[in-house]
Formats: sequence, C-alpha cells, structure tokens
Amino acid sequence: MISTHLPILQVLVPLLAAPVLALLRGRTLSYLVATGFVVVAFLIAIGLTIQVVHTGAVSYAIGNWAPPLGIEYRIDELTVIMLLMVTGIASAVLIGGGQSIAVEIPERRAPLFFALFCLNVAGLIGMTVTGDVFNLFVFLEISSLSTYALVAMGRDRRALTAAYQYLVIGTVGATFYVIGVGLLYMMTGTLNMADLTARVSGVESTLTIKTALAFLFIGLGVKLGMMPVHFWLPNAYAQAPSTVSAFLAGTATKVAVYVMLRIVFGIFGIGIFTSSYLADVVIALGIFAMVAASVSAIFQSDAKRLLAYSSLAQIGYILFALGLATEAGLTAAILHLFNHGLMKATLFLALTAVALRLGRTRLEDFDGLAQAMPATMLAFAVAALSLVGVPLTIGFVSKWYLLAAAFDRDGVLVAAVILGSSLLALLYLWPLVERAYFRKRPAGAPEIEEAPLALILAMWALVAVNVFLGVNSQFTVNLAANAARHLIGAVP
Amino acid sequence: MHDHAVLRVVSKLLMPFIFLFALYVQFHGDFGPGGGFQAGVIFGAGMILYALIFGLKAARKVAPLHYLRAQLSLGVLLYAGTGIVGLVQGSNYLDYSVLAHDPAHGQEYGIMLIEMGVLLTVSSAMTLIFYLFAGQDH
Repeated sequence: MISTHLPILQVLVPLLAAPVLALLRGRTLSYLVATGFVVVAFLIAIGLTIQVVHTGAVSYAIGNWAPPLGIEYRIDELTVIMLLMVTGIASAVLIGGGQSIAVEIPERRAPLFFALFCLNVAGLIGMTVTGDVFNLFVFLEISSLSTYALVAMGRDRRALTAAYQYLVIGTVGATFYVIGVGLLYMMTGTLNMADLTARVSGVESTLTIKTALAFLFIGLGVKLGMMPVHFWLPNAYAQAPSTVSAFLAGTATKVAVYVMLRIVFGIFGIGIFTSSYLADVVIALGIFAMVAASVSAIFQSDAKRLLAYSSLAQIGYILFALGLATEAGLTAAILHLFNHGLMKATLFLALTAVALRLGRTRLEDFDGLAQAMPATMLAFAVAALSLVGVPLTIGFVSKWYLLAAAFDRDGVLVAAVILGSSLLALLYLWPLVERAYFRKRPAGAPEIEEAPLALILAMWALVAVNVFLGVNSQFTVNLAANAARHLIGAVP
Repeated sequence: MHDHAVLRVVSKLLMPFIFLFALYVQFHGDFGPGGGFQAGVIFGAGMILYALIFGLKAARKVAPLHYLRAQLSLGVLLYAGTGIVGLVQGSNYLDYSVLAHDPAHGQEYGIMLIEMGVLLTVSSAMTLIFYLFAGQDH
C-alpha cells in the first residue's frame, strides 16, 4: 500500500514542509515542525533502502503516466546511498543545530529559514530520485535557489557577497546543464534517463552529443566544486550560517557528483567517456584539486575556510576515482562520496559548536578548547583522523579502495600522489587538533561551556556511524560495488 | 503619481479589465493558450499598476503583506494537495483520473485545481517581489 508510494513521499514530505513552515510564526514551533518533517523523510529513506536491498530497483510513475512519456522516479542502490546520506545529515543538523540556529537567525526570519532548509532538502532528494533529466534541472534549481538564500542569512554582511557570487556562478552552471539537456533532447527526443541511454548509443559519435556532454560536464562541474571553477565554494561555506555549512558541506556537492555519475556513466556510457579525452581531463583535474586545494587549506586562518578547501581536495579524490572509469574506481568514488559527506558533516557540526560558544572559528580560537569542550573536540579529532585515513574509520575504507583502484590502472605514481595528499590533509588538520589539545586557553579568555547536549548527540551519532561503518564496511562497500556494476553496465 | 489625473482615471478604468483578463486566461487555459502562470503574472501586474499609481500604502491596504505570504503558501499546498488526493484515492501522485467518476472529467478538474494553485502562488509572488523592492527604504 503506502510502501509503493515511498518514492514520491520521499520528495513530497520535505517539499510540503516548506509552505507549511512559511505559514507558521515563532521559532520553537517552526523548528519542531521542520525537524519532524525531515526525520520522517529519513525514516522513508530507510524504508526505501530496505525495499531496494530486498527487491531491487523501484520505479514510480508520476501521475500514472508510464515512462518514458511521464516523469519517472527511479530508486536503486546508488540512489538509496545518497538518500540515506542527505536525509540523515539533514536530521542530524536540525536536531543538533537548534541552539545554533536560535543564535544566528533572528526570530522573525526563523520560519522562513526552516522553510528554505526543507526546500533545499527536497531539492537534493528530488535530484537524487528522479529519472528524468529535465525534472532533475527543476530540482537543481529548487536546491540552488534555496541555498543562495540560506547562505545570504549568514552571520555578517560578507555572507551577501558570498551568496551573490554563488548565485551568479551557480546560475551559469545551471544554464550549461540545461543547454546540455537541450542538445540531448535535440538528438534523441526524450528526457527519460533510461530511454536516453538506449537512444544515445545510436548517435554517440555525432558532434552534438559530444557538445552536450561537454556542457553537462562543465555545468555539473561548477555545482560540485570542481577545482578550476570552484571559487564560489570557500566563500559560501565560510559565510553561511554554521548549520547550513554543515548541511551543504555534507550533501550539496555530493549530490552534484551523483548527478554527474548518472549522466556521464548512466546516459553517455563508459565508451564515449574513455574514448574522448574527458577521462584523462577528469583524472588531471582530480589530481590538481587533491594537491592544490590541500596546499591552500594549509594556509587558511579560519577553520571553516580550511574545511571548505579540504572539501575541494576530497572532491578531487572522487573525480580522480571517477576518471579511472573502472569498476573498482567507481566503487571507490561512490564510497568516498558517502564517507566524505559523513566526515565533513561531523567536522562542520563540531565547528557549529565552536561558533556557538565563541562566536567565531579562527584557528587561534581553538587554543585549549579540548579542556573546555572535550566531547566536541574529541568528535572533531576522530572525524579529522578519518579524513586523513586512519584505520577503523570510514576514511580508511574509501582511501583503501581508492588506492587499490589507482594501482590497478595507473600504478605507483598516482598512488603516491594520493598518499602525499593524505599527508597534506594531516598537515592542515593537525594544527587544529594540536591547538585544542596541547595548548592552554589564553589568559583572560572568557569561560566557555561544553556544546549543548543535542549538538553533542548529533555529532557523536555521526561519529558512531563513521566508526561502525569503518569497522563493518561490508554494507556500504556492497551497495557501492553493486551501484558501480550497474553504472558501468556489467549487469544490465 | 497621485496628482496625475489622467493616469489615475485611466488606470482605474483599466484595472477591472486587467483582473478580468487574468481570470479569462486562467479559465481558458484548457482550451487555448494560457494557464495559471500567465494569469498569475497578469493579476500581479494589475496589483503592481495599482501600487504604482496609488502608492504602496494603498496597495498594502488592499493586499497586506501577511495575506500575500499566506496566499503564496496556500497555492503550493493546493497544488500538492490535489496530487495527494490522487494518492489517497488509490492511484499515483498527481493522477487526476481518479478525481471524478469519469477519468476525462477527473483530468479536467485536476488541471483546473493545480492551475488555481499556480495562479494563487504566482500572483502573490509577483506582488510580493514588487512590495519588497518598492519598500526598501522602510
């Protein structure tokens, strides 16, 4: 009964929350309503995961119009990985971030803030579940527009500049995407992804299809923070309200990478990807990001910016793994997609706690923080170690698969670059940990308390998942490997 | 622009026809070009004309800010709610065929209802955007 409608409810629940929230007044009420809707969305994601694991991919025809004519929602292994991640992180951020939002967002804007947050969640979920490239564009716009407004609600006026910069470059990205979709439609006459896959293979040598691929690649590249077109990302992450940074860093760029996987491998197929120079370009861009963004991160003086640059470097790993275009490479890319989202959300939640207590997140503010906020800093330290790739954490699992995939294809040199970049990660994360644990609070610094309980619980829930999946990696690895096999076409 | 007699008189004369034309475009949407978005824009343009000629204060008396915000949300809820009725009736989301005994009638009602939602949301969004830009000095 209701289980057949889970795909649409997954999108509908957070989407409906937005107009309801816009009608509400008062912070507490809207906070409770938003959290309720988002947690329900998380439960639906769990339900969908159970369905997919047991019965395979699920398809849902909107308005009962059969695909490819109607809009199809399609849920498979790759989709549920993303759904769990987006709704899980959204729940953790809302449950933990209540106090931080109360401090950073004025009372009268609170209902609209939560409405935008839910719209953003709905947009990201929609991009994930839809099997229609134009419907995807609509959800891309929903999530992007709400992100611009959310970033603009940041602590000071620089947030407006950051939001405006993101608005301009993000719109260019979305335009490129829709031009690509237009070219695809011109050659195939369809917008359904499965139908596109079948029809593109007949015309894949034409220039129009290659141009479409180029437009889609660059458009999505802007959205996912690919290195040379990334410059909106550090400002947006650094200036947005802390909770928004935590949510965006964990999900937004990851969903864009997911869309790139779907489009490049799902629709165009591996043949056109490797036979054009695109695969080499992606590998080169990935390696460039791994090194350049990590080096930039070392020189940042604000922890939020530092983590934003670290995100760019991690996107580099994912792009590199994607560019290998082997089954092992795609498995590593999907694994790291999920794992990195989890780690970055934890790190940014810890920064949310620091920003809540200190009002800012500069590096020198971390001096001696481990005594004042032991639970927060320990969560931060574990997530940081995971990001570097220490065993027993998910960071190790994805690095392991990444290295194995790199060895298979390009050998020792590239593996050395990955290891070197991991050392750079240690180099930019260590100062934070060192300041927190081995230095004293400066004399005359105000007394501060530990973060609120809800925030600690949210952080530690993510850390627990991190360590649990780091030790029992089978569940995520199997999902990722199956998803990679489907994408690459070994199993039709 | 309150002291321009010509503008005031002409726009007062035009106003009812603008709103009527908006409704025509709305309800003619299933036979010819038109629909909720176009009708909403025309309706919003009528409100903006009123605000331009008679001032923001007068316009806010006709359509207060909180009213427009509520209308904005209600439009979306009407659209989504129509879809949910299909879900409750045992079919898929946004399937209008189950809204009436006859599928063809159901489709017609469904389109009418969701376009009504679009009209509500678009007209209030247009007016709200104008209010926000015009009232920036307050």
